[in-house]
Amino acid sequence: MSSGIKVRPGAGADPGAPAARETRLRGQLAARWHRDRVLLVLAVPGVIVLVVFHYLPLLGNVIAFQDYQPFLGISGSDFVGLSNFSVIFDGDPEFLNALVNTLIITMVQVLFVFPLPIALALVLNSMLNERAKRLTQSILYLPHFLSWVIVVALFQQMFGNGGMLNEWLRSADLGTFQIIGVPELFKLLITSQVIWKDTGWSTIIFLAALSKVDLNLYEAAAIDRAGPLRQLWHVTLPAIRPVIVLLLILRLGDSLTVGFEQILLQQGPVGARASEVLDTYVYNNGIIGGNWGVSAAVGLVKGVVGVVLVLGANRLAHAMGERGVYSK
Amino acid sequence: MTGLLETTAERRARRNRQPASDERPAWMGRQPRWATAARGGLLTVACLAVIVPFVAVVMTSLAPQRDISARGGLVLFTSEPSLAAYRAVLSGGVVTRALSVSVAVTAVGTVLSLACTIMLAYALSRPGSLLHKPILLMTLFTLLFNPGMIPMYLIVKQLGLIDNLAALILPVVVNAFNVIVMRSFFLELPSELTESAKIDGAGELRILTFIVLPLSKAVVAVVGLFYAVAYWNAFFSALLYLPSPEKWPLQLVLRTFVVNQTPLGTDELSASTESLPPQASIQMAILVMSVIPILIIYPFIQKHFSKGLLIGAVKG
Repeated sequence: MSSGIKVRPGAGADPGAPAARETRLRGQLAARWHRDRVLLVLAVPGVIVLVVFHYLPLLGNVIAFQDYQPFLGISGSDFVGLSNFSVIFDGDPEFLNALVNTLIITMVQVLFVFPLPIALALVLNSMLNERAKRLTQSILYLPHFLSWVIVVALFQQMFGNGGMLNEWLRSADLGTFQIIGVPELFKLLITSQVIWKDTGWSTIIFLAALSKVDLNLYEAAAIDRAGPLRQLWHVTLPAIRPVIVLLLILRLGDSLTVGFEQILLQQGPVGARASEVLDTYVYNNGIIGGNWGVSAAVGLVKGVVGVVLVLGANRLAHAMGERGVYSK
Repeated sequence: MTGLLETTAERRARRNRQPASDERPAWMGRQPRWATAARGGLLTVACLAVIVPFVAVVMTSLAPQRDISARGGLVLFTSEPSLAAYRAVLSGGVVTRALSVSVAVTAVGTVLSLACTIMLAYALSRPGSLLHKPILLMTLFTLLFNPGMIPMYLIVKQLGLIDNLAALILPVVVNAFNVIVMRSFFLELPSELTESAKIDGAGELRILTFIVLPLSKAVVAVVGLFYAVAYWNAFFSALLYLPSPEKWPLQLVLRTFVVNQTPLGTDELSASTESLPPQASIQMAILVMSVIPILIIYPFIQKHFSKGLLIGAVKG
């Protein structure tokens, strides 16, 4: 390398000369390759999986612009421009119904499900007995690890027509309480299932934030005669605000995704009117109904809107002076 | 995303720092009795809401027809428990087959997932290494955008994986979230350890197996649990990719015979006709079997969920 520089007078003095820089870079690259090749080989299986099952399917979204026929394949099907998207922009009633249901469920869950783990975490955090606290946590985390099939089955057994609650009400001559299979109560049912399954587990992140609060702040507040409520308002809540904002952003970014498996399992008795959401619409309309192109179009728009929502919510968080999901 | 998982040493240190049970700092006012009572009541109700359904389900699976008819549906207590329902579902037939499918998929899937995740996370734990940035960004981006159900189905079909059990594993074998959790843990390990090993002439593979992994048991256990639970609980991927019922895993069988209430006859159970246990017991026995593996591993892994364990677990 150095000999090459010396042969050409003038160039040698300038280390930024293109030829010299290139050789040096190539040498550096070779050295880095030599140093990191094992790491790169280790990354290969994971990278292949991500490419095949995350990036290739992105390309598969071209069928959103096709009149896709399974026997013709992607290469054989005709391109139809944006006509698949007309269900969205012309407001097909079935699509609108799914969209409205999705948004209502998101709204209900942000209002009623989101605050619960915060409250539960505050209660758990105020327990002084470490043993009892750990035991309670273990029990409350558990439902998160059960599948939706199990949760739905458990709810049927407890609250179904022949379930435990109604048998007990009947034996006490109190009539019955029907929540399963009633279209009007469907959103209440799935919301209560989400509460049962995930409230406990969701406290974990708030408890982590609470454990990092400086105890001296409470001491100082106590000396200033702040009671428990004032300590909560002026010390605890401000300390966990970044986590609350972060989770709210993630939840808003997921506005169009609501409990797909959970809802699919329970659609039968209540019908599409009450229970269809965007994901089940894509499944029922595309995979079951064979409207591949239209469903792919709805799925694509949903994905794009989801990304926009996350980025938008994140920008809003920055504007409010919070850290958000990522900082620039 | 640092400090997601604490190492054993940190956990020990934290335990030592913590005041003994029930010790109240001098400045903290005594909590009024009604507040303590209200808190206790609230938490007891919450715990009972989790426990009671399990007790009812286990008891019903053990109960004879007489108790079930007397109570109408679930029973909370049975005087003469019997394992007849379990014998019936485990004597071959639909449920036995589904159980073996679920066990196989979970075992193979978890091992593959852990291997790929550990390797990718380790490869990404050296900032400044060749292609570090692009690979990291590529991994992170998969968290932001979901390719959609239909294109996913088409890819699986294109690869010839329809009606193949591999379709339950390969598409989800690497989860970017788990990669990031594991990578953050690796990044927290003191770099002196790996550097001194390098000076002693150890290669990357040796460092990974003999230094990094032994120090990372907590994160491997937790990520392993996440993968195992995901494989065990998978229901929709089986519905989507496996048209033939004989390949169904337990969750799909659970849906058919418990959620949708299709009665199980002798065909499905391959048991003798005359002494079939009550239908409710059989259904609850299937339910119990689908929960038991989780109940068994949960306590072992749960101890790693201590404070500050995982950020963002809510999404997973």
